[in-house]
Amino acid sequence: MGLFILRRLGVMVLTAICLTFIVFWLTNLYPKLEVLAKTQGNFRMSDEAVISYLGNRGYTQALPVKYGQWLGVVPGYIIEGSDGEIRSKCERNSPPTDETPTFCGIIQGNWGFSTVAKEDVADVLPTRLGNTGKLMFWVLMVMVPGALIIGVLAGMREGSRTDRSLSTVSIIATATPEYVSGVILIALFATPLFGMQYFKGTATSAMDNITFNNFFLPVMTIAIYGMGYIARMTRASMTEIMTAQYVRTARLKGVSFANIVIKHALRNALIAPFTVIMLQVPWLLNGVVIVETLFNYKGFGWELVRAASNNDIEMLLGVSVISVIVVLMTQLISDIGYVFLNPRIRIS
Amino acid sequence: MEELSWTGSFASTLIPAIMIAFAIFLIGIILQLVMGFFASEVKLQSNTDGTLKSRGGLQGQLEKINTQLFMLIVLIGAAIIVVSWFMPYGKAGILGEIIKRFMPVWIALIVTFAVSIFFKRKLGLYGKLFDSTIGMIGFALVMFWVFTSIFVGFFDLIATHDPLQQISGIKNKTPGFLVPDGQEANFFPHYLLGGDNLARDIFSRVVHGSVIVMLIAPLATVFAFMVGITLGLPAGYYGGKLDTILSFLANLILAFPVILLFYLLVTPEIVATGLPNYMGAFLFIFPLIFCGVLINSRYKTQGKKNILYLSIVLVPLALIYLMVISDNASPLVIWPSKLDFITIPSGILVVFVSVVFVNSPTVFRIVRGLALDIKTRDYVAAAQTRGEGTWYIMLWEILPNARGPLIVDFCLRIGYTTILLGTLGFFGLGLPPESPDWGSTINEGRKLLLIYAHPALPPAMALLSLVLGLNLLADGLREESLKD
Amino acid sequence: MEKRSHGGPILEIDRLSISFFTRLREIPAVMNFSASLQPGEALGIVGESGCGKSTVALGIMQDLGVNGHIVGGSIKFKGREMNTMTREELRDIRGSEIAMIYQEPMASLNPAMRIGKQLMEVPMIHEGVSKAEAHARALEVVTDVKLPDPERMLNSFPHQLSGGQQQRIVIAMALMSKPSLLILDEPTTALDVTVEAAVVELVKDLGKKYGTSMLFISHNLGLVLETCDRICVMYSGEAVERGTIEGVFNKMRHPYTKALFRSIPLPGADKNARPLVTIPGNFPLPHERPNGCNFGPRCDYFEAGRCDQDHIFMEDAGIDHESRCLRHVEIDWDAPRVASVQTEKPAPGCVVLKMNNLKKYYEVAASTLFASGDLKVVKANETLTFEARESETLAIVGESGCGKSTFAKVLMGLETATSGEILLDGKSIGNIPIEKRDTKTVADVQMVFQNPFDTLNPSMTVGRQITRALEIFKIGNNDRERHSRMLKLLDLVKLPREFSGRMPRQLSGGQKQRVGIARAFAGDARIVVADEPVSALDVSVQAAVTDLLMEIQREHKTTLLFISHDLSIVRYLSDRVMVMYLGHVVEMGSTDQVFSPPYHPYTEALLSAVPIADTKVKKKHIVLEGDIPSAINPPSGCPFQTRCNWKDIAGRTRCETEVPLVRRLDNGHQIKCHLTDTDMANMEPVIQITSE
Repeated sequence: MGLFILRRLGVMVLTAICLTFIVFWLTNLYPKLEVLAKTQGNFRMSDEAVISYLGNRGYTQALPVKYGQWLGVVPGYIIEGSDGEIRSKCERNSPPTDETPTFCGIIQGNWGFSTVAKEDVADVLPTRLGNTGKLMFWVLMVMVPGALIIGVLAGMREGSRTDRSLSTVSIIATATPEYVSGVILIALFATPLFGMQYFKGTATSAMDNITFNNFFLPVMTIAIYGMGYIARMTRASMTEIMTAQYVRTARLKGVSFANIVIKHALRNALIAPFTVIMLQVPWLLNGVVIVETLFNYKGFGWELVRAASNNDIEMLLGVSVISVIVVLMTQLISDIGYVFLNPRIRIS
Repeated sequence: MEELSWTGSFASTLIPAIMIAFAIFLIGIILQLVMGFFASEVKLQSNTDGTLKSRGGLQGQLEKINTQLFMLIVLIGAAIIVVSWFMPYGKAGILGEIIKRFMPVWIALIVTFAVSIFFKRKLGLYGKLFDSTIGMIGFALVMFWVFTSIFVGFFDLIATHDPLQQISGIKNKTPGFLVPDGQEANFFPHYLLGGDNLARDIFSRVVHGSVIVMLIAPLATVFAFMVGITLGLPAGYYGGKLDTILSFLANLILAFPVILLFYLLVTPEIVATGLPNYMGAFLFIFPLIFCGVLINSRYKTQGKKNILYLSIVLVPLALIYLMVISDNASPLVIWPSKLDFITIPSGILVVFVSVVFVNSPTVFRIVRGLALDIKTRDYVAAAQTRGEGTWYIMLWEILPNARGPLIVDFCLRIGYTTILLGTLGFFGLGLPPESPDWGSTINEGRKLLLIYAHPALPPAMALLSLVLGLNLLADGLREESLKD
Repeated sequence: MEKRSHGGPILEIDRLSISFFTRLREIPAVMNFSASLQPGEALGIVGESGCGKSTVALGIMQDLGVNGHIVGGSIKFKGREMNTMTREELRDIRGSEIAMIYQEPMASLNPAMRIGKQLMEVPMIHEGVSKAEAHARALEVVTDVKLPDPERMLNSFPHQLSGGQQQRIVIAMALMSKPSLLILDEPTTALDVTVEAAVVELVKDLGKKYGTSMLFISHNLGLVLETCDRICVMYSGEAVERGTIEGVFNKMRHPYTKALFRSIPLPGADKNARPLVTIPGNFPLPHERPNGCNFGPRCDYFEAGRCDQDHIFMEDAGIDHESRCLRHVEIDWDAPRVASVQTEKPAPGCVVLKMNNLKKYYEVAASTLFASGDLKVVKANETLTFEARESETLAIVGESGCGKSTFAKVLMGLETATSGEILLDGKSIGNIPIEKRDTKTVADVQMVFQNPFDTLNPSMTVGRQITRALEIFKIGNNDRERHSRMLKLLDLVKLPREFSGRMPRQLSGGQKQRVGIARAFAGDARIVVADEPVSALDVSVQAAVTDLLMEIQREHKTTLLFISHDLSIVRYLSDRVMVMYLGHVVEMGSTDQVFSPPYHPYTEALLSAVPIADTKVKKKHIVLEGDIPSAINPPSGCPFQTRCNWKDIAGRTRCETEVPLVRRLDNGHQIKCHLTDTDMANMEPVIQITSE
């Protein structure tokens, strides 16, 4: 077991390095740097000025070197620029002092500086993550129990009226991406168009104080899409189990229908949805970005959009690192959980 | 001329009728659902002639009533379509006029359904689709948009205005708004679904949007399948190191949050580096490889035929490939520009490439799993023992027998691709901002959503109905393919 | 619930009819089925697949699924009508009064629940006993089904047990509440022969001990003979003959039963002198049943205008014996069988295939999921040495895990040998993988596979699949030549030429197997490896396919390597036999040598385990303990020592430490055993035919 987790962790680290490298490469392509130089310096910079601006700030170093510096395994640059100033990475482009550390990458806890927020990435991200955490918490609270109940009810009697109705509902839910459900929900419940202005169409106020009124629509918007998917998975797994030979055995043992569902089928039927739920978490990130943009809720997704549209390299890298870690952690949890839920694998 | 109301002269007759019928139908469904929980399991009873007795009791009655109600709704719907066709302009209200605009689509749909149902026993899986209500509804929704895009794209029917035309004074106006005077004679006098914030006709934009979706989504899915199949089959069949490496790469892409990838990839700066062209050059070569290997493995033993078939298929494909890939505006020029008849706008190319890129790993995983399963079958062993090449086994023995799940996934994936395209549009990535595709239109509309909700709703509903149709279609196909 | 005591029969089925309903039509699965079962009695229901025998069982349990429905007749359990019982009443009876055991033991047990819990559930539901009491009961029953270490068994999950142990647990579960009626639906089909013998033995003993009535459903006449008191033969949804075991086996009174017996290889049958008689035609589909007698179109005694008119009813045909045949009085049942075509035994030609000390070892990771560095070596084949001649049939016999499939793979070139050599016409091919073999070699060595439903590509027409084989073997210059050759191959396997355009799903199992044979002979194969080619087929079809193979072999002088676990069929058709156990060849010799003493102890047990459907045959009773060890962890010393009954005689320590050497007896008979010559000479024959 320990070995298994170790191996998974190894793959995880490798994946994380590959992914961050790709992000680093994509954000450090020359046209992007050019834009950066022009937005940071001035828009009428000549090509030579751009090159010297970038060169003075270490951007023109070889890609692996830059990546190593960002990661913190290669000493941070100290460059005497064409304008005579000495800039060091570890002092935020000020001249180095005696206390300046040699390495200042992400491993040393230096997440860099956001050019848009004019703040340390490490200062911005926690609040953003906190906001998104609250949103995710409520989404999961609504989505997971709802989806499981729908799935189990639909799957326990395949082909019944209940099954067909609930399945149709979940198919409709999976066909409604967040930007569609968000728009429809807002139009229905937050504008005077249909005369049902019950909820708030923005969630800006929810950052300080979450109320039913301002949080219902964003939470529902994300939950609906994911709910349909998980419910369909649960239903599929449930119907498969209900036709299994051992459920027939249980029935012919005289076990009542309720007990068949609860004692015999449920545990086996939940193995597949569990992995799906865990793998759904990264997909929620998608929804989070859309919903936070739509409802103007300053969370992680909102920050991603802001950083990406302004080529805020270090912020974007920070955001990527966190999302990659989230994705990989959920994969790990889903693997381990699968092993624990499934005795066939656990004891062998 | 005056402004159009929603329902026109139907307001007092058919519309309330269909609304009431629908409401009762819904209540009936809910009642059935509730009763289904508490009612005991009913044993089937059969008549002497071998058919099943219909269920008796309250539940049986309810079921009967609901079926009849459903038929009634369909009938009234049909009546509205037929009647509005004969009404003079303006009388049938916005709904009636929209229905009239879609007339070619209705005709095409009716013809398709009539022909298909008539021949359904001869049409294999496609024919069986018409045994399932869910599948039929899904198919109808999908074909509705397919026909719409064809009629809009090729024949310039249906749309009332140019999707980019702006008429001053109709900015953000509500549905049914009358176009101000001073237009040409046969100019369509109303904005059926109102105007957007740039005073363009929303109805026309939505139907034009379907063309873009119908062009990109299925094609991108086909490419994703080509890539996924060409890589997934060997990964599953050979296993070992190759599988480990390919699976790692697939998981790597899958671990990328889609949004982040799009934000990194679909930007003007990336387009300027020519990266999408190189990715395109890489991804678009897969159909060539796929077709080449497919033919070669089959006809390898018959030299002449092999060369003939290969050249018939590969030469045009290669030409198209070169023309598509080569682009004077990008660093990748490998084909004389005089002979370059196909140029894909860089915005569309980058969107296309990213969507294929995001979808292929999932297809890869599905195909790999299927190959792992099917390779243990005896007919694969039989092929091995008569010395077949590995590509023959993969493409002619394994792949045809994996087609069931793949067709179902294909439908689902077109829907998913549509959603992805919408996501891109929603964030204003890739396609030009004035593009009428649904995602961009929703994006335009959402900015003023709290004040003017009507511009964002029609494209949202259109996207919803198409994706829903694809999902229902996939579900119907899955169910029917599992039967017998 | 208090169990009712009841004087009369436990179960009375009267004119039971069951149908399944599809969108298109009603499909009658069982028609007018009657039976009764006295306390303590065992009734066998025999028939081929699709005859409705399992539907009867599920009908009794009132568990026919959504589409199935009882359309007529009555089922009385202890005098109470079951068709009108409420769900609660049924639930009370299920598990406590009637228990059921089915074919797949692994599938019948909940994978996520400990075995103890699954067992304890039964008395806890039905008798409301406490947990402790239920546990004690479970322990007792698990001991009764002769499982080692019952306490540990109760604590394990199903997947930790072997197939035989799982089936014992299923039996234990059925007996937890001491039911009055036990329904066994093909309970041993998924098990190996020696394990099957032990399970059958157990069921018989427990039935006596608990006084349970049994309904034993099987396709295997021999098994029914061994376990039951009475028998009911079913054909196409109807019972066609019913009576006591002796009555039916010795004086069959229905043409179908007669034909069935003639088509199974009983001792005494011989492929040249007394070949099997095949039943012509196919099993009718449920909605295409003929008028009158269902068996009519395939019957030798069919009389047009009489047998195809009205519905035929059961008639008395002796004491406690009924038959559904209009002519059962007229037919001369004791007439000698029609002299079927007798053939000359072809003389074996020159040596075609030669194996020299062939070894095949695999390296596998010790555990699959948490793969660590250490690899284990699986010795799939240990030093195989033999020759096969032209026109000869060499049978390779063994149970699962004995290495016979690995051997086939190495021969075919799908795997390469670890050491040793395979000589085809004096040319070594053992280390040449199939991609490197020339077309001639590939075409010469072909294979017929076991599972007819898996052997043909489901999405390619029959003709296309045969033509493809011709293409790849480079036969024929153009498509037209190949097409006519393909049609000739269809003629060869006696399939109508129209079949070339059909899809495999439109063919029956036997027909698919014929196509498989045609495909194997596409390149005029000289060596055909037949991997259990008939074991998945119904009895009546088996004979036809076997016959076909023999006939083609005679014409083409093919060397046939016949892999099988079924000793009856091996005895019938093979010239020489090779018995394998855990990768070792434990015995080899001509058919007569292997089937008569001296035996290897494993061969002896195998012979005893095979059920024989003949009341005249007396078998020595040998039951092996335990299961077949896994090839990953083979026992030390002799591979068979863990289950051998002769270990004490041969010397325990020797058997447990030393791998025995191959002993060559007279005329090429060889045995791998530590037993001395005197011990061997004292062995008694396992099968004796008592002449009446």
